[in-house]
Amino acid sequence: MALTFNPKIFQDIEEKYTAWKKKLSKVYAKKPERLKRFSTVSDQEIQDIYTPADVKNQDFPADIGFPGDYPFTRGVQPSMYRGRLWTMRMFAGLGSAEDTNRRFHLLVREGQTGLSTAFDMPTLMGYDTDSPKARGECGKCGVAIDTLKDMEDLFAGLPIDQITTSMTINPPAAIMWAMYIAMAENRGIDRKVLGGTIQNDMLKEFAAQKTFMCPPEPSVRIVTDTVEFGTKEVPRWNTISISGYHIREAGSTAVQELAFTLADGIAYTEKALERGLHVDEFAPRFSFFFNSHLDFFEEVAKFRAARRMWARIMGERFKAKDPRSLWMRFHTQTAGCSLTAQQPYNNVVRTALQGLAAVMGGTQSLHTNSLDEVLAIPTEEAATIALRTQQIIAEESGVANTIDPLGGSYFVEALTNRMEEEAFEIIQKIDDMGGMLAAIERNYPQQEIADAAYHYQKQIDDREKIMVGLNKYAIEGEDIPVEVLEIDEELEAIQIAKTNRFKENRDSAAVSRCLERVGEACSGSENVMEHLITAVKTGATLQELCDVFRDVFGTYRDPGIY
Amino acid sequence: MKRERRIRVMVAKPGLDGHDRGARIIARAYRDAGFEVVYTGLHQSPEEIVEAAIQEDVDMVGLSSLAGAHKYLFQTVVDLLREKGAEDIVVCGGGIIPDEDVKKLKAAGVKAIFSPGTTLDEIVKWVRENVKPR
Repeated sequence: MALTFNPKIFQDIEEKYTAWKKKLSKVYAKKPERLKRFSTVSDQEIQDIYTPADVKNQDFPADIGFPGDYPFTRGVQPSMYRGRLWTMRMFAGLGSAEDTNRRFHLLVREGQTGLSTAFDMPTLMGYDTDSPKARGECGKCGVAIDTLKDMEDLFAGLPIDQITTSMTINPPAAIMWAMYIAMAENRGIDRKVLGGTIQNDMLKEFAAQKTFMCPPEPSVRIVTDTVEFGTKEVPRWNTISISGYHIREAGSTAVQELAFTLADGIAYTEKALERGLHVDEFAPRFSFFFNSHLDFFEEVAKFRAARRMWARIMGERFKAKDPRSLWMRFHTQTAGCSLTAQQPYNNVVRTALQGLAAVMGGTQSLHTNSLDEVLAIPTEEAATIALRTQQIIAEESGVANTIDPLGGSYFVEALTNRMEEEAFEIIQKIDDMGGMLAAIERNYPQQEIADAAYHYQKQIDDREKIMVGLNKYAIEGEDIPVEVLEIDEELEAIQIAKTNRFKENRDSAAVSRCLERVGEACSGSENVMEHLITAVKTGATLQELCDVFRDVFGTYRDPGIY
Repeated sequence: MKRERRIRVMVAKPGLDGHDRGARIIARAYRDAGFEVVYTGLHQSPEEIVEAAIQEDVDMVGLSSLAGAHKYLFQTVVDLLREKGAEDIVVCGGGIIPDEDVKKLKAAGVKAIFSPGTTLDEIVKWVRENVKPR
């Protein structure tokens, strides 16, 4: 039943709307509208005003309801931020394990409530620092992790049985997770109490972030191994962080971000079901990760639509019964691609608005970008300002006093409905292609994202979309006023020496046997996880294990779509 | 009258960095500008890029890097081209590259570095003015 539906009321509204429009056209006859077309950053056209008539088919209990109740439009927990604030989780990683460990300690000291690890490119792609492929990249955009020793140094002195850790890693996610579990167990911490997240979302890698190793099918098989293992062995761990963030950074629209992310979620669910797991065993440990971009209301609507869509997908399509399977719990990061190298202090303001949108959208955790992130890895000062931005939103602004404060706004509800509808249309298209794996093999999401990115760039170049300090209010001959963090070029040699020492002190024959066991598991259908944990405890390096994956499964080459 | 050959450019992603949004947009802008475009795709070593550039007989190589390894990677491409006697292939680059490094890379033989905020038109215009069919 539509709570507010009363034909008489809507007739009145329509009449008054028509009268108002007439008045408006007289105003515009004298002085026209500021823009020819008003649209979101994703180029969705926006009306001049929204009224109850725009949401007249909305059914309050079925579509909006209460936080903690299906379809969770207003939030997954009944109490939301009245009970507990979101987790402030700043993504950090630079240089060596020791360097990053120092940054972690600083962030925890300054009030951060969760850890989040950024790895360097060789680690992300499954190479040790001594690989020829790794030249010049060590520690540059994150921390270099080759061995269990590095993992131990990375988390030294941090209470990992109390604090949750997120690791942004994909092709070698299973191996990095094995190292984390091994590190914890060596400290005497039971794997059953470990909480955290591995990103482990390979599908979006092919579509957007582009760190890949093996072809899509075997990549997803390893992901499914981790889902199965986590369900049974590490019950507090989020086995996949199904990510729209990188899809958006690669240039998609907000609706595409929504659709491709949920389509990825559908694909992982189907694979886990094929494995013989029950939906309510594994779905509660799926988490999500979204971008919070420049367009405030579009983002708020996106987050609300995402929650409702996932609840419907899990409830209606996969018949999940456990409410936790229906919950879309998500992390948010503000949009790196929205920041400007020009007048970089403006990035603090952009990030504050984007962080605010994430909070209005009911995020479970948040990373706010540092003002210098567009130039290099953040300095300590810049990272602290970014954390303070969240603390100001949380503790000064008052926005966390009530749950889903924008719920019921005619505009936000209408936009939420529209984005849900459009995203479901794209998901239908992907279903018709045979699912996300098939769509990726056809380069469908890759091409769609490339088209949207090019369209946006054209709009920036033509000043149809404004970026302050860049295509408007630019300062001629501006000097970049901020200090940029540099990673020591010496680090590469130091890290290689450390890994060599580690290799000298291990039982090489035992490592070889472990690698063979991993290879056998990969070739057959046995779950690889326990073998990976044994292998890293014995001393196998990240690359040695990734080489086994590459040998068994083959490698994937970028099709170079543009 | 002999018609002048179109400018032939290669857009390349050296190293392990996966940020290809910029490279792909640039490749498309070059195509729309009427250049012949070769896009290498991701994860190419400097050796692979130089070999492909010579084989494809391009007039320019545009390198893109957003993960910090530009100093080693761009420099190596320039050095290898010189080693192979192909220093007449113009090398330019773009991405997240601090000012200090821009100076060093230009001194090392990278003809231009385009930083974030440069419009596609500006880049295309630069190519037209600085790259001639070999």
